[in-house]
Amino acid sequence: MTMNPIRSMCNSALSTYQSIEHVFDRAFGAALNPWRHLGALGFLFFWIIAITGLYLYAVLDTSVDGAYRSINWLSREQWYAGGVLRSLHRYAADAFLLVTLLHLLREFLLGRYTGFRHFSWLTGVPLLWFIYISGVVGIWLRWDQLAQFSAGATAEWLDALPVFATPLIRNYLSANAVSDRLFSLFVFVHIGVPLLLVFGLWFHIQRISRAEVFPPPALAAGSLLALLALSLALPVASQAAADLSLVPGPLALDWYYLFWQPLMYTTSAGAVWAFVTGATLLLFVLPALPHAAASPVAEVHPDNCNGCRRCFEDCPYAAIVMVPHPAGIPGRQLAQVIPNLCASCGICAGSCPSSTPFRSATELVTGIDMPQMPIGGLRRDLERGLAQLEGENGIVVFGCDQGANLASLAGKDLASFSLICAGMLPPSFAEYALRGGAAGVLVTGCRAGGCAFRLGNRWTEERLAGMREPHLRANPAGKVLRIAWFDRGEEAELAAELDDLRQTLAAERLRNTNQIANSIAGPITPSTRLTVHG
Amino acid sequence: MAKPISWIGQALLYGLFALIIGYFSGAPSYRHLPADQALIKLSFSHEGKLVSECRQRTAEELAKLAPNMRAPMDCPRGRSPVTVEIDLDGTPAYRHVAMPSGLSKDGASTVYHRFPVHAGEHRLAIRLNDDARATGFNYRREGLVDLKPGKVLVIDFNREAGGITLQ
Repeated sequence: MTMNPIRSMCNSALSTYQSIEHVFDRAFGAALNPWRHLGALGFLFFWIIAITGLYLYAVLDTSVDGAYRSINWLSREQWYAGGVLRSLHRYAADAFLLVTLLHLLREFLLGRYTGFRHFSWLTGVPLLWFIYISGVVGIWLRWDQLAQFSAGATAEWLDALPVFATPLIRNYLSANAVSDRLFSLFVFVHIGVPLLLVFGLWFHIQRISRAEVFPPPALAAGSLLALLALSLALPVASQAAADLSLVPGPLALDWYYLFWQPLMYTTSAGAVWAFVTGATLLLFVLPALPHAAASPVAEVHPDNCNGCRRCFEDCPYAAIVMVPHPAGIPGRQLAQVIPNLCASCGICAGSCPSSTPFRSATELVTGIDMPQMPIGGLRRDLERGLAQLEGENGIVVFGCDQGANLASLAGKDLASFSLICAGMLPPSFAEYALRGGAAGVLVTGCRAGGCAFRLGNRWTEERLAGMREPHLRANPAGKVLRIAWFDRGEEAELAAELDDLRQTLAAERLRNTNQIANSIAGPITPSTRLTVHG
Repeated sequence: MAKPISWIGQALLYGLFALIIGYFSGAPSYRHLPADQALIKLSFSHEGKLVSECRQRTAEELAKLAPNMRAPMDCPRGRSPVTVEIDLDGTPAYRHVAMPSGLSKDGASTVYHRFPVHAGEHRLAIRLNDDARATGFNYRREGLVDLKPGKVLVIDFNREAGGITLQ
């Protein structure tokens, strides 16, 4: 069967994108990789724009004559303060647009626009318009030749729609036509639309719990410093003052916001309207296009739910609410899944204290579970896998369907289990494997910060390190637990990590020939390192 | 990656980011019109004359109307389309019939058209008709214009200022 050419192109683009992301991993480390924090970087740039904008607004003279003079004064007479803030304002606006477009592209390539994610996708589309409107109008406030060109081009573009009784372009035909009131309108739009943007952003992250609205401090500092350095090295300056009796000369065009204006003069206003309308409609209908059927959502087993709220705390998509327990016991609660919001990731099952395989029940039923991969079935599979391990250094690998493919691993000393998400792994399963005969456990999944379900690898790491409930309980002496994150496509790296673990176990066995795994002595101590970031 | 190499890598990538932001923020430069051209903009928003004169209603017509509606004069709201023609150096350059706006066709007729021309001296002839009952053109303007490179010439219509204006 041949693959859809569009899908094939998207897969190829995704592969290229992931290669770029991995190059950045080498410099930044997976957790600080800016590609995995594009949305949060957008927030950062927005706040830089807002803060620098406060100062610019204080000095801006909103009149035809005063606008150019006041903004130009900042760059000439106060280059060390107002001029830097002006440059920072402009460059942060460009960066904001750039990271927003990259954020959109990344989510598209990863297929994150359907099912439970459709709300975030749809609420993100209008934000692009808000960003463009406020950015373009901001350029007009300087009222130089670039502003003159852009305002006129925008008016001509809007006039192509037969909705205005008097063409907007008549506001820019001559110096007499431009009024101070027009600048008040520009300011109103330039400040009002970003306020709408804040409101829209709030909607955009409504269905995400623990939304990352600020990047990690190191990344924020680095990005701010980069823009600051750019502002000092290449300060933004006004071009010649607007003169409506002349065609603007060569323009230092801001291609991020104004690319469509030269495009309009190369093609036509109708062509640009067709382009932006088509692009907007496409983005809106994308979630409605045919896509893979949704997986079964998590289900609660009231008899095994003690209302501990851990699934409620850990769900990355706020798909779990706590309701009064049907048994009517005062203060006792029961988890309830909101099907439309559930990502079917299984992170809730990993957080449930009832998911421990040490329970004596013949049929293990946990408090909240995934119908397609119940915890009870995982225990059965693990026991079967442990029984089949050969050699003294048997290894159990827990991975996930989103990260490196475990099917590529081979060895009679190996039992591997691919979960829906690494976050689905109850920590007690690692201990159960070590006590049940495995000499080592390797936990893997998507690279740090790149979890397909946002928080899976973070929660797993914290649970295994004893920093989050349910935590890993104890360390059978001489056994090794290792965590190593690898994305899909990094099967060779995963195999290399596994070989390294085998060597570690062999060395460990040589040192501790008389110590076997039956003492409970405290938290697990990693033999070499606990976490490996691809 | 070792720490110092990682830091150098980060510095380079932050630099690349700043470079991309800084470069496309103002480059490559864009020239809207070639340096040897000027721009003529034709724009007006003008209400044409009424399509017909007011007329006296007959007694029969008045009787058919409600008492409060019995205005003696019947004045049509509709306005004439505005026709404009421009010849540049003796050659027809533009012709357009602008229909009155509004559901009752009683609003202004608007036109906007821009055409770049080579800088230099040009003979310009503009004709405009805003009266459906008249034949030919009731406003004309003709003359030589000297357009410097980059100059914008605006052709407008202002009845109080005598009709067709050049700015």
